[in-house]
Amino acid sequence: MSSQRCRVGEHVGADDPCVIAGRTLTSRLLLGTGGASSHGVLEAAIRASGADVVTVAMRRVPREGTGGLLSVVERCGVELLPNTAGCRTAREALLTARLAREALGTSWVKLEVVADDTTLLPDVVELVDAAEQLVRDGFDVLPYTSDDPVVAQRLAAVGCAAVMPLGAPIGSGLGIRNPHAIEMLRDVVDVPVVLDAGLGTASDAALAMELGCDAVLLASAVTRAEDPAAMASAMRHAVLAGRLAHRAGRIPQRRMAYASSPMAGMVGS
Amino acid sequence: MNIIFNGQERVLARPLSIADLVDELAVPPTGIAVAVDEVVVPRSTWATTVVTPGARVDVVTAMQGG
Repeated sequence: MSSQRCRVGEHVGADDPCVIAGRTLTSRLLLGTGGASSHGVLEAAIRASGADVVTVAMRRVPREGTGGLLSVVERCGVELLPNTAGCRTAREALLTARLAREALGTSWVKLEVVADDTTLLPDVVELVDAAEQLVRDGFDVLPYTSDDPVVAQRLAAVGCAAVMPLGAPIGSGLGIRNPHAIEMLRDVVDVPVVLDAGLGTASDAALAMELGCDAVLLASAVTRAEDPAAMASAMRHAVLAGRLAHRAGRIPQRRMAYASSPMAGMVGS
Repeated sequence: MNIIFNGQERVLARPLSIADLVDELAVPPTGIAVAVDEVVVPRSTWATTVVTPGARVDVVTAMQGG
């Protein structure tokens, strides 16, 4: 019997690979490194997540030194996706992206241009401006954006490698507040869609994939969970499950019951 | 002469190159980048780029972030 037991992920080999900016990702879960209580906790979470891309922020070197984050990343064998977190204007984001490229030797950038510290919502006017300039400068731009399909189309039109709509405000854990917008966005852009921000638990990640997203990027949901490594593993499986469900073709929803057992041959009829 | 180094005023006894400044940081020179007055200075020109009075020098690296 044990040889027939279904293993999670065993059908994934048949899946189309997720390709972003010419790079094939082995996992559709990307992990943000922000919020972990220590590098040890972070390393365990990265390994449990199965992610092969992790995000980092660019900050001034502290007096006490760099802290060894890059060693953790190197040990885990994952790729870096530097972000422009904290930037409020296209000008700030451009400088941060260029510093990241110089420091880390990657042309990938998770472009974030936020409006304020309270909502951390994207300033989409500055975002599209920054994206256009960075694409022209040779970057592979993955913008963190709102769940507005029109803005996503603008970002794709200026040459972004993917679009990364929020499910809810960063770090809120509220899940996908407007699934319909995400589904519509997925339908109207022809670049990969990575659900980024606001997820709280595994079912949120599964929903993102069921809605047709190509991948999920999350940080706080894992790094601030009580057991980050366990939640990372849960997210890994949720992304696999959601992707499988999306490809499997769910049944239509209906308002009334639809029996699955035959009515013919009922005892007493 | 005075410069603004990572947001803080700093007095230099003599003009220093970017390479000298990075040495003073005593961190591994890998995984970092330098901007002077908000323009990235490529690593290949650190030794020949001398910091001028009043310059704003930023040295950044990767930190945890979502």
